[in-house]
Amino acid sequence: MIEKKNRKGAYTALLAAALVLLAVIVLENVSTFLPKEMVPGVLRPTSQLFSVLKKGAVYSLAAVSMNLLNGFTGLFSLGQAGFMLLGAYTYAIFTVPAAGKDAVYYLFGGSAIKFSFQDIFGALFGTGGAGGAVSLVLGVLTAIILAGCVAALAACLIGLPVLRLKGDYLAIATLGFAEIIRAVFQWQALGPITNGANMIQGFPTFSSFNITGADGKVAFRLSTFVPFLVAIVCITVIVMLINSSYGRAFKAIREDEIAAEAMGINLARHKLLSFCISAFFAGVSGALFAMFVNNAQAKVYTTTMTYEILLIVVIGGIGSISGSIIATFLYVACSEWWLRFLDETMTIGTFQVPFLRAGFRMVVFSIVIMIVVLFFRRGIMGDKELPDLWKKRPRKAGKEGAQ
Amino acid sequence: MEFIISIFLSGISVGGQYALIAIGYTMVYGILRLINFAHGDVFMVAGLAGIYLTAALPLYLSLPLVLVLTVALGFCIERAAYKPLRSAPRMSVMISAIGVSYLIQNTATYITGGQPMTYPTIPFLSDTVTIAGTPTKWVTILTPFLVLALVLALQQLINRTKVGMAMRAVAKDFETSQLMGIKINSVISATFIIGSALAAIGSMLYFTNFPAITPTAGALPGLRAFVAAVFGGIGSVPGAVVGGFLIGICENIVKGTDFTVFSDAFTFAILILVLLFKPTGLFGEKITDKV
Repeated sequence: MIEKKNRKGAYTALLAAALVLLAVIVLENVSTFLPKEMVPGVLRPTSQLFSVLKKGAVYSLAAVSMNLLNGFTGLFSLGQAGFMLLGAYTYAIFTVPAAGKDAVYYLFGGSAIKFSFQDIFGALFGTGGAGGAVSLVLGVLTAIILAGCVAALAACLIGLPVLRLKGDYLAIATLGFAEIIRAVFQWQALGPITNGANMIQGFPTFSSFNITGADGKVAFRLSTFVPFLVAIVCITVIVMLINSSYGRAFKAIREDEIAAEAMGINLARHKLLSFCISAFFAGVSGALFAMFVNNAQAKVYTTTMTYEILLIVVIGGIGSISGSIIATFLYVACSEWWLRFLDETMTIGTFQVPFLRAGFRMVVFSIVIMIVVLFFRRGIMGDKELPDLWKKRPRKAGKEGAQ
Repeated sequence: MEFIISIFLSGISVGGQYALIAIGYTMVYGILRLINFAHGDVFMVAGLAGIYLTAALPLYLSLPLVLVLTVALGFCIERAAYKPLRSAPRMSVMISAIGVSYLIQNTATYITGGQPMTYPTIPFLSDTVTIAGTPTKWVTILTPFLVLALVLALQQLINRTKVGMAMRAVAKDFETSQLMGIKINSVISATFIIGSALAAIGSMLYFTNFPAITPTAGALPGLRAFVAAVFGGIGSVPGAVVGGFLIGICENIVKGTDFTVFSDAFTFAILILVLLFKPTGLFGEKITDKV
C-alpha cells in the first residue's frame, strides 16, 4: 500500500519536473520563433527573467545541498562557498579549450594542464555539427562530475578531523577551511593551474548550448534549460537519498546523536557521508555558478556567499527541500529583479521619494530577512514539503512546533 | 634586525587591537554560548562613526560620542535580535547573528555608497616615533599598555563588583542564576555594553593603522579576533588577551615572509589545530556534556 503511494508520488514528481523543463524551453524560445515586435519585453533573451531563472537554478542546488547537511543531518557547516569554489575552479581548469589556454594564462606562460575534456571528446567525435555538440555535452558533463568529485574528496579529507567538533565549533572550523581554500587558489605560485588571483574564463558557458543556425543566429535556445536540467537531476538524487535508509539515519542524527548511536547508526560514517555528498553537490553548483557568471575567480566565493545561501535555506525552512527551492527563486528574483526600483531615485510629481538610492534594496532586503529569522523562524515551508500541503491533515497539526 | 623589530612591533600592536575585540566575543560566548558574528561589524560601525563624527565635531566631543553610539548599537542588537530568541535553539540565535551582520554591512554600503572611507588622523596617535631605528606610530607603542590597563580594570570589574559576580554566575549556570534572583537580561546587556565599548576603543586604534574602511572591513578582524578568543580559551578574558597578542604576532610574522596570501589561512589553520587538539584553548575550563 505504502509502496503504491510512493510510486504514485514519484510519478507526479517526475511529471512536474518534466513540465517545469518544458515550460523553461517554451519560455526561452518564444523570442526565437515569434517575430520581434510580438515578443513582450520580459521574454526577450536579454531580460532579467532568464538571468533570474539561471541563477535561481544554480543557487537552488547550492541551497538544497546545504540543507542536506544543515537541515537533515543537523551539522551546522559554513564551508559551502569553499566547496563551490573548488567545483568552479575544477570545471574551469578542465574545460578551457587548449587553443584558448595561452590567452587566459598569459601571465604564467600557458597552463600546466594542456588538455580540456571537450578537446578529448572532440578528437573522438569530431568538432563540427552533431559531433561537436556531443563532445561539448560530454566534455561539460565530465567536468561537472569531476568538479563534484574534487569537492567531495576535499570534504572527505577535511571531514575526517573536523566532524569530531560539534555545533558552532564545527561552523567556525568549516568557515576557516573555506577561507584557507580561497587563499590557496589565489596563490601566485599555483598560477599555471589556477591563474593566480586572476579569473579563468573562456570555457563553455550556458549560452554555449544555444543551437545556432547556418546564418550564425541562434535557432534554438537551451541556455536556461541546461542549468534547470542539471539542478533537477541533482535535486532528485538528493531527494531519493533523503527518502532512503541513509536519509532516515541522517534525520535520526539530527534529532538526537546519542539516541541515534544507541540505535546502531555509525555516527562518524554517516556524518562523513552526508558531508561529502553535500560537498559533491556544492561542487556541482559551483561549476554551474562559474558557467553562469562566465568566469571563475576565487575572490567571489567569500563567506558572504555562504551566508547568503544559509539565509536562503532559513527563509525556505530548515529541513524542507521544496522550501529551499521556492526561497531561492524568491530571493534571487527579489534581489536581482523585483526590488531593483529601490535602487533608483524616484520622483512623484515634485515629491522626491526619500531614501531611494543605490544600496537601499539590500537594506530593505536584509530587514525582511531579519524579520523572517526573528518572527517566522520556521520559514516558508517549515519542515514540510510541497506535496504535504495538499494532504489531508488533522486540525491541530498546523501550529505545533512553531514555538 | 630592524625588520624583525618592526614585525614584532606591529604584531604586538595589532594583537592588542584584536585582544580588545576578542574580549567582546569571549564574554558573550561565555554567557550566551553564542558566536556573535555581528561583533566584527559593530567594530566597523565604530570606525565609520569615527569618520562621520570627527568631520562634524571637535575631537574631544566626537571620540566619546563614538563610544556612546557603539555601546548603544551593541545594546540594541542584543535587545532586538538575540533577546527574542532566548529560548530558541542555539542555531537560530547564530543565524540571527549572521542576519544582523548582513544587515549592518548592507546598511553601511548604503550610507557610504560602498566606497572605502579614510579614517581621520587622531593627533598624537598618528605621530611618528622611532624605536631602535624603526619608525612607527605612537599608537603602536600605546596599544599594549592601553590594553593591559583596560583588561586589569575589566578583571577588577568581573572579580570585585556585584555585576561581575552576576556575570560569572550567569556564565556558570544560566538557569540557576535566574532562580537565584539575578536579572539575566541586564547582565547580558552589561556584557554587550562592555564588549561594544572595547570594540569602539579597538576601532580607534586599529583604523589609525589601517585607515581604509569598507563595509566589510570588520569581518576579517572580527574573525581573527574570534580565533584569538578560541585560542586563549573561550569564556576567559585573560585568555582572549594572550590569544590576541599571539595571533597578531603570528600574522605579522607570516606577512613578513613570502607567504603573505596565507596570513589569514594561517590564522584559521591555528584555529582548526587548537579546536582539534585542545578545544578548551589555553585558559578555558573543561566542559563536559551531559546526556
